[in-house]
Amino acid sequence: MIINHPLLGPRDSSEFVYLGDACLINRPAWVGERTEGEDVNDAKTAEALQQYHDYVHLRQNNAGEHKELWYHEQGDRSWLVVTRNTITHEIYNVELAKDVALANKTARATQGGKK
Amino acid sequence: MSQQNRLNKDKSSGFIDRDKTIHFNFNGEQFEGYQGDTLASALLANDQKLVARSFKYHRPRGIFTAGSEEPNALMHLRTGAYQEPNVRATVAELFEGLEARSQNHRGSLKHDLMAINDFLSPFLTAGFYYKTFMWPKAFWEKLYEPIIRQSAGLGELSGQEDPDKYDKGFLHCDILIIGAGPSGLAAALAAAQAGSRVILADEDFVMGGRLNNETYQVNEMHGAAWAKATLAELASMDNVRLMKRTTVLGAYDHGIYSALERKTDHLSASDIAYNGNKPRQVLWRIYSKRAILSAGSTERPIAFPNNDRPGVMLAGAVRTYANRYDVAVGQNVSIFTNNDDGWRTASDLVAKGVTVQAVIDSRDIHPVAEIAGASIEMGAHVIDTKGRHALQSIQLSNGKTYDTDCLAVSGGWNPNVQLSCHHRGRPQWNEDILSFVPSGDGSGGLPPEMHIAGAANGHLDLSSALSSGYELAKSLSKELGNASKVGGCPKAESESIANSAFWFVKTDTKSRSWLDFQNDVTTKDVRLAQQEGFTAVEHVKRYTTLGMATDQGKTSNIPAMAVMADNEGKTIPEVGTTIFRPPYTPVSIAAYAGRSRGKEFRPTRLTPSHRWAKEQGAEFVEVGAWMRAQWFSKDGETHWRESVDREVTQTRNSVGICDVSTLGKIDIQGRDAGEFLNRVYCNTFSTLKVGMVRYGLMLREDGFAMDDGTTARLGEHHYLMTTTTANAVGVSRHLEFCRQCLWPDLDVHVISATEQYAQYSVAGPNARKLLQKIVDPEFDISNEAFPFMACGDITVCGGTAARLFRISFSGELAYEIAVPTRYGYSMMKTLMQAGEEFDAVIYGTEALSVMRIEKGHAAGNELTGQTTAHNLGMGRMVSKKKDSIGNIMSERPNLIKEDANRLVGFVPVDKSEKLSAGAHFIQKGKSAITENDEGWMSSVAFSPSLGHSIGIGFIKSGHQRMGEIVTASNLLQGKEIDVEIVSAHFIDPDGERLRV
Repeated sequence: MIINHPLLGPRDSSEFVYLGDACLINRPAWVGERTEGEDVNDAKTAEALQQYHDYVHLRQNNAGEHKELWYHEQGDRSWLVVTRNTITHEIYNVELAKDVALANKTARATQGGKK
Repeated sequence: MSQQNRLNKDKSSGFIDRDKTIHFNFNGEQFEGYQGDTLASALLANDQKLVARSFKYHRPRGIFTAGSEEPNALMHLRTGAYQEPNVRATVAELFEGLEARSQNHRGSLKHDLMAINDFLSPFLTAGFYYKTFMWPKAFWEKLYEPIIRQSAGLGELSGQEDPDKYDKGFLHCDILIIGAGPSGLAAALAAAQAGSRVILADEDFVMGGRLNNETYQVNEMHGAAWAKATLAELASMDNVRLMKRTTVLGAYDHGIYSALERKTDHLSASDIAYNGNKPRQVLWRIYSKRAILSAGSTERPIAFPNNDRPGVMLAGAVRTYANRYDVAVGQNVSIFTNNDDGWRTASDLVAKGVTVQAVIDSRDIHPVAEIAGASIEMGAHVIDTKGRHALQSIQLSNGKTYDTDCLAVSGGWNPNVQLSCHHRGRPQWNEDILSFVPSGDGSGGLPPEMHIAGAANGHLDLSSALSSGYELAKSLSKELGNASKVGGCPKAESESIANSAFWFVKTDTKSRSWLDFQNDVTTKDVRLAQQEGFTAVEHVKRYTTLGMATDQGKTSNIPAMAVMADNEGKTIPEVGTTIFRPPYTPVSIAAYAGRSRGKEFRPTRLTPSHRWAKEQGAEFVEVGAWMRAQWFSKDGETHWRESVDREVTQTRNSVGICDVSTLGKIDIQGRDAGEFLNRVYCNTFSTLKVGMVRYGLMLREDGFAMDDGTTARLGEHHYLMTTTTANAVGVSRHLEFCRQCLWPDLDVHVISATEQYAQYSVAGPNARKLLQKIVDPEFDISNEAFPFMACGDITVCGGTAARLFRISFSGELAYEIAVPTRYGYSMMKTLMQAGEEFDAVIYGTEALSVMRIEKGHAAGNELTGQTTAHNLGMGRMVSKKKDSIGNIMSERPNLIKEDANRLVGFVPVDKSEKLSAGAHFIQKGKSAITENDEGWMSSVAFSPSLGHSIGIGFIKSGHQRMGEIVTASNLLQGKEIDVEIVSAHFIDPDGERLRV
């Protein structure tokens, strides 16, 4: 496969390391400070655990269009979000993960503001 | 008589150089051929009809084709370590001194003892293995498997290391053209003239495809002459790369193709020696913007009883041997065809002066042509053949019998669609040519940007083959912006390709009609498979092994589908095709390995003190890609333990030096570097003072321990992290992930500095005294000025920049000193010289490990990815006051439960006993079964300091069970030892030595 790196142009996929579903960018927010010995079953912690359970263990496994993380380890060490068709391997879009993460953060902040 | 089947010189094609006689050896007998021959054409010139034995029934077999589709004539080529099995004689170029041996027989080729299988054939039908070797169960290992192994496979490997070199390469082009037959040449010419960068690849050693094998005219000259002139023109163009002897093997993603180029397979040993270091084969990865598949077509046989005798050949092959190689494969040839093209073989042979005995056409139509001297049998078919080691006669459906020594069979032509299906596309049935063609554009399945030209796309006649290649290349070039003026389309007459659907001779007799010659699959086997319920084409394939031999059913698949269709009352497209996968033809594993063999399988990393360690006679151990000194044997030491014990004792008594450069070093800088570290480590780093070092534990997001190490704060916004040797790359990747994907708003940058510094541990009570001799005097490293866990930039040896860290893995007063890698050798030498007065010792990874176990420090055996901070006794390090990776998940109730495994120490009750790593802990008196398992021993060592074996490991609630005796059970060694649970800090539990 050839990945069209946003900074470096078309690069062979053998230069990259594959991680998986790009949803790993969306790490749940910090639940806030907890005191020593606090019950792990309290509501706040339980909710955080549930969010992290979903974040760590649940992945999309699309047959078709899929956003996924690739790391240009043999290159400029960029993490990329590659939108790829898992059936045909066609690549629709390649973005710097940093840009995607920043955009997500901005979007989340705006949503939070509306609330 | 030598080369008795060679045609007269005046009939020569020009492809054979009769002035260059080549001597070769087949099964111990000397023969002659000419430059330009293949092994097959030379054997046929010498009337060698019997050249092989079939796989299962050991039937006598002859050469069947003239190309890479050959199912029968597989040989051992060369001898000794150079021996290669399963070489197809039809594609092996003849060279001086070539040695070939037939394979798959016991005794001589002519008197194969295994031919008994042919008489046992009623018992060796489809599914024989599945039915026969089922019982009794005990027979499998002792009897069946050895017998099957003995019979399995065709050729034999030399058993020696392959002495040849293989290489890999990368090529780029606008248009890759696969196959240099008429359509490929027309395409290459048009594309090149238009200005495209072209790669033209062909598996043959002479390009031109069927133009070289036939007598058709192109642009009013002999087709072969036109091909030669076209190739000369292409060769003169800078934008064209001609790659003969190059088989395109597979179509991969995004226009990438793999191809194998055979560089020296056609050379004699002396030529190869002359060519020096050239690789034998090169595996190319070709990046193309467009690809044209012009792979031509392959003739298919007709199945009839005993159609596998030596002398029965494909009609196209018979005329190829006559037209290109000047060889008459028989003195008295008959032709059996269901189509017009078969007649071309008859007329070509007559033109070459070969006697044609009879032309048998299954169609009851007017004879297609007059064939001088031949009987014409229309509406007839061959129902049997005779001749044990060579064909002698054929029997026809109309009762006639002909004596004949060669039967040329033509069942029509199949487009070579293989590469068009490598993305799981399914070919479509074309009723005009009665075969499958690649699925059209847009219907899905074709590799993107692959286009099909010529016979591969069903254009079986020469005229449309030429024009399809030409037009395609022109329009693709235009698409790519290459629109220079192109010459005219090459012209040829349109020959008749009329054919008929006559696939196999129906017979009620017990005689067998072969479909797959290489795997000995007959029409009966296919029928049996279907009777037994294996009706899907993929099931029939696997049950009968049809098309699963090295030829991948190139000649057998379509006739077999016709048989399946007939059995099931379906059409052939309803039966469907099996999936085509790379490679197109067999490739040696060595070509895939390329240079990545033996020690070159991956890079070897050497430490900065490697040369020095080697001079000291170090034993090295592979740690990942690194070579690390394991211990240093001194004179008189006969056992590694003696060396290790000495290294430990001397370090603990005075001072020892060890290369620790392999640990990962990651430089972290930026205004938010401290915050970044707070988030990647479970403990806090932003509070660390400049000039100090702190131990950090890194968790994975699921709460398990990932890696540990020390991180030094070199400046306000500058940290240096160390990782374990094994995880250096992974941690670096993880930090980049955190920085770019999770916290892109943090101002922080990370870069690996592992290879930039040579870092040595100087440990032992005399460590400071030693260092004071080399650290420049303006730097005060006294205990007060440079306390435990201090770090800083210093200079050594009169101005050389260095870094000093007062950290300890051994538990002694210890420092790690880092200098730029280029000073690694001299720094080590300097340290050892300075240490002479203290009797300083160099120690390796074994002593390092012994000392860390004595201190109860976790390492790779403890950080397995299945242990938590809680397990490691570091649960309290996980700060709840800040966000960090793994912080939340590490609190999952089951991970922090009270009776979770805890890291503790173990000593044998009987101090003379030796502990073993991997042993499981069982409560005393209970049996060693999974239900009673309480944990495991992770690391053990002989402690020279204590004089007995010690271990650390994980056991349920270990920290609350000090003094308890449990059983350490090692079922692999059949050993049970009573051990006492103790603190993991065997030496200096209060850490006093560190702080002096």
